[in-house]
Amino acid sequence: MPQDLAFWLPVVIAVPLMAAVLAFLLPRAAFPISLGAALITSGLVCWAALAAVNAGPATHTVGGWSAPLGIDLVLDGLSGLLLVLTAIIGLAITVYAHGYFQPGDDLVKQHQYNFFWPLWMFLWASLNALFLSADVFNLYVTLELLGFSAVALTALAGKPTVLKAAMRYLMVSLSGSLFYLMGVVFLYAQFGTLDIRLLSAASAETPTLLASAALITTGLIMKSALFPLHFWLPPAHANAAAPVSALLSALVVKGSLYIVLRLWLEVFYPLADTVAPQVLSVLGVGAVLWGSLQAMQQPRLKLLIAYSTVAQLGYMFLLMPILLKNRDDSTALAATMSFVFAHAVAKAAAFLSAGSILHALKDDRLTALSGLMKKMPVTTAAFAMAGISLIALPPSAGFLAKYQMLQSALTNGYWGLVFVVIGGGLLAAVYIMRVLGPAFKKVEPYGAESTSKAVHVPLVMSIPTLALALLAIVISFMGVYLLELLAVGTPWVLKGGL
Amino acid sequence: MNDSAALYAVAGVILFGMGIYALVAYPHLLRKILGMNVMGIGVFAVFVALAYRGPDQPPDPVPHALVITGIVVAVCATGLGLTLATRLKALTGVAQLTPDQED
Amino acid sequence: MTWENSLPLLIVLTSLVPGVVIFFLKESTVGVRTTLNMFGAVAKLVLIAVMINGLLNETTYETRLPFLPGIDFVLRADTLSILFCILSAVLWLVTTIYAIGYLEHSPNRSRFFGFFSLCVSSTMGIALAGNLMTFLIFYELLTICTYPLVVHKGDEKALRGGRTYLIYTLVGGGALLLAVIWMYAIAGPIEFRDGGAIDAIVEGARGPLTVIYFLFIAAFGVKSAIVPLHGWLPRAMVAPAPVSALLHAVAVVKAGAFGIVRVTYDLFGIDVANDLGVLTPLMIATSLTIIVGSVLAIFQDDIKKRLAYSTVSQVSYIALGVALFGPLGSIGGIMHLVHQGVMKITLFFGAGSFDETLGVTKISQMDGIGRRMPLTMAAFTVGALGMIGVPPTAGFITKWFLGTGAIEANSHWVIGVLILSSLLNAGYFLPILYRAWFKPQKGDWPSEHDFGGRFETFWMLLLPPVVTGVFSILLGLFANLPVGLLYWVRLIVLREYEL
Repeated sequence: MPQDLAFWLPVVIAVPLMAAVLAFLLPRAAFPISLGAALITSGLVCWAALAAVNAGPATHTVGGWSAPLGIDLVLDGLSGLLLVLTAIIGLAITVYAHGYFQPGDDLVKQHQYNFFWPLWMFLWASLNALFLSADVFNLYVTLELLGFSAVALTALAGKPTVLKAAMRYLMVSLSGSLFYLMGVVFLYAQFGTLDIRLLSAASAETPTLLASAALITTGLIMKSALFPLHFWLPPAHANAAAPVSALLSALVVKGSLYIVLRLWLEVFYPLADTVAPQVLSVLGVGAVLWGSLQAMQQPRLKLLIAYSTVAQLGYMFLLMPILLKNRDDSTALAATMSFVFAHAVAKAAAFLSAGSILHALKDDRLTALSGLMKKMPVTTAAFAMAGISLIALPPSAGFLAKYQMLQSALTNGYWGLVFVVIGGGLLAAVYIMRVLGPAFKKVEPYGAESTSKAVHVPLVMSIPTLALALLAIVISFMGVYLLELLAVGTPWVLKGGL
Repeated sequence: MNDSAALYAVAGVILFGMGIYALVAYPHLLRKILGMNVMGIGVFAVFVALAYRGPDQPPDPVPHALVITGIVVAVCATGLGLTLATRLKALTGVAQLTPDQED
Repeated sequence: MTWENSLPLLIVLTSLVPGVVIFFLKESTVGVRTTLNMFGAVAKLVLIAVMINGLLNETTYETRLPFLPGIDFVLRADTLSILFCILSAVLWLVTTIYAIGYLEHSPNRSRFFGFFSLCVSSTMGIALAGNLMTFLIFYELLTICTYPLVVHKGDEKALRGGRTYLIYTLVGGGALLLAVIWMYAIAGPIEFRDGGAIDAIVEGARGPLTVIYFLFIAAFGVKSAIVPLHGWLPRAMVAPAPVSALLHAVAVVKAGAFGIVRVTYDLFGIDVANDLGVLTPLMIATSLTIIVGSVLAIFQDDIKKRLAYSTVSQVSYIALGVALFGPLGSIGGIMHLVHQGVMKITLFFGAGSFDETLGVTKISQMDGIGRRMPLTMAAFTVGALGMIGVPPTAGFITKWFLGTGAIEANSHWVIGVLILSSLLNAGYFLPILYRAWFKPQKGDWPSEHDFGGRFETFWMLLLPPVVTGVFSILLGLFANLPVGLLYWVRLIVLREYEL
């Protein structure tokens, strides 16, 4: 019943938003409130996705005013997939953060704990709003809300390094948004509407459209940290508290990426034959190479994972030329979205494992990680599974995605991309093995006692980490279902007759 | 769009560029935050100029509504930026993004 | 799901599930772990037996799950997969007994047995894979699961060996991935089929198909240690003996060899492969490997290293049999898949027992070991004679069929290779036998370990080599029994050649 489904779309935004307000007002009850909101939101989102698969996309007209005057919320495959992704990772992080920020009698930690919940719920609400918005200006607003909550969450760790990182992040995020807004102004100047579907119908190749596309894309790839505009990402993602790092790497960068995909597919498609998609693809190649090479040299685990994010974000732009030129072949879109999904799950698991390691050993320098397998078997196993997905060895979500990428690149004759994707996997293997190689080292019985026995990680942290890591493996057998969801309401029929 | 509106729009674009310059060129955080505000004002100016539909017609209300929203967002952003900057100044003594020491 | 289409999955799960459960067991729960392992191994054998019976009655066993649009995850039993399944399952059972004895009191046993079971599951998956995608998944899973076993000892040397292993196999995996995707791109969603999935070469596809075939060979050549891709194997010998025995004599190298067999017969089809002209280069590469491996083996003093180079040489017999275009050569190659496994595992069991009981790891220390450990050494001797190809061992049967196959294929020079390699095999095995049986003991053993009891060593270390040694002779003596190995291999070859 699409009618009913449409009714629930604003609820998906309202629940975490209300939880944010309540968690701010009632800090003592912040965790139960947030957990409740997380459960309700995740449940609703999954139900909505299933309903959309069965009944097709849904549109909610806010306040009864429909486009062009009002603002619409639209649930289709592309947004549904990202909503589900956010729900899965959001739920895991909510549970994990309760253990990670556990204040004890530390006042600083109490402060962090109190502020984490409202900010996180706020961030979740903005993400859901972003994915559901069908209006380019509304996208700007949600993008800013997302950026603000992300910056505030980054700053939560409080040290000077992280404040500087947060400040840099704020400036990049804000100027990126302003670039985007300038592009929106150009769109409005040309077409007189802000609704994506109306823009899509009216779109034509004009200089204004080109200028708008250039402004919007520049702004968004700044926020998505596409090479060479990635400089702000590693310090922010590596220095934030682990649950925040996981959020930033897994979800926040995907918000702006989603807008890039959405707008290029629906509004800027007349520009598919310009050089723009090629440029994005080349930048993607640069990201894969540069990010991997940097990850190979980082002394600390969280920095390594952050540079891995830089590399992995590159993959999401690699297929742009195929994605835009062959609009009747949706394998490139399916591959890219599978990759987004795979990366988010694996990267969240990796950052959460790193958080557990930091929590237990108080040190995340790679040199301190010898014999980790013996000390923290569950966490190491979780990191290993996440790593397998990042390298894209089968069976893993990463493999599923890269397989589709390779297939798409090869059938369209992009041999260069084929080698980049395979080579990128090998580079990822090198940096992941920097962690996992020494993990199997035998720990001598003498020496520091902290290294000789297993270290305790609370279940509230290890279970969500392991769950995400397992998911990174299990998703490889759920590819058809993901693609089925993605196909909802897309004008491009997925190959293979779904 | 007539000449004066076009002038506004061009001025907006120039302001946008000046804002970027300030953001990149000046090390002091307050100047950077101001730079971002100038960028924002540039965008709003272009938007407002767009709303002009000739002397006989009322201006298009949509850009005005959007600009007001944009200003609210910009105020929030400035607030967040200033909070971060003062906190950083309190901790390190300088309101600049000095390179990180290995810690 | 019906019984017929869940059976292949169950065969994989009988080791996968125990493996996963074992990870969560405490080190001290030996009883539960052993029971789980044994239960899994026996259950697997029973299921395989049921499947053999069904296959003889023309039942189809196939598990099919959707993977991606157009590509399914397929596990299917056919005559060839059963052969590899039964080999791995029997040797897994024997090796599990051996490993329990070998690793008694050593640390991290839960981890070891967990990964060990996962490796066997991957091998089963490789055997039963019904298409390239499924094959690729299990092939890479095998790489992942063997790594922790190679580095099990956790010292610098083990970590280095593990790193080398990963570099070789991951690069090989990349080549395989490329080959698989390219194949799907030009041939569509094809699956393995008796006689080959490609009916005829389309005009213009000849070049790509040739390149793809060589990519496959390069990828599989890493695991099956074809020269010059063999470098990881001797270095991976830092692993504990049961790992070297099962994985580096059977599962891993065989996965590569099996891949060559599968791809040549059931993907390209032997006729198409012959038409492409790719068999002669394969023949040359494998012949070269056979000679080079044997020559290198002569210079090793470390027992396991000598056995490793011997493996390099012997595994290539399988691919050589494939490359000899003709049914007789194919019979020889496919039979060697089983023969080499049984004989080489006997040798590795022996080497492990010498080390564990007496601390002997070098050939120069083996003087007089035949008197101290007669049963183990007898089994070792059978294995060694089998490698040389002395009748009535299993190795003789292989060489016989390969030789006649070479004549049938008009590649007479291959007989020269076989003779030369047999001489070289004798050159590096006979001195060992001579030292062990005829030279007197030189001083004390390096570190003798008293297990008590009546036997020359702990019974769990003694039984496995004796059993596999006896197998090596029985396989040779009774090759021609009804429903014996030769019958089964003939069945495979008849289907592949569509005779």
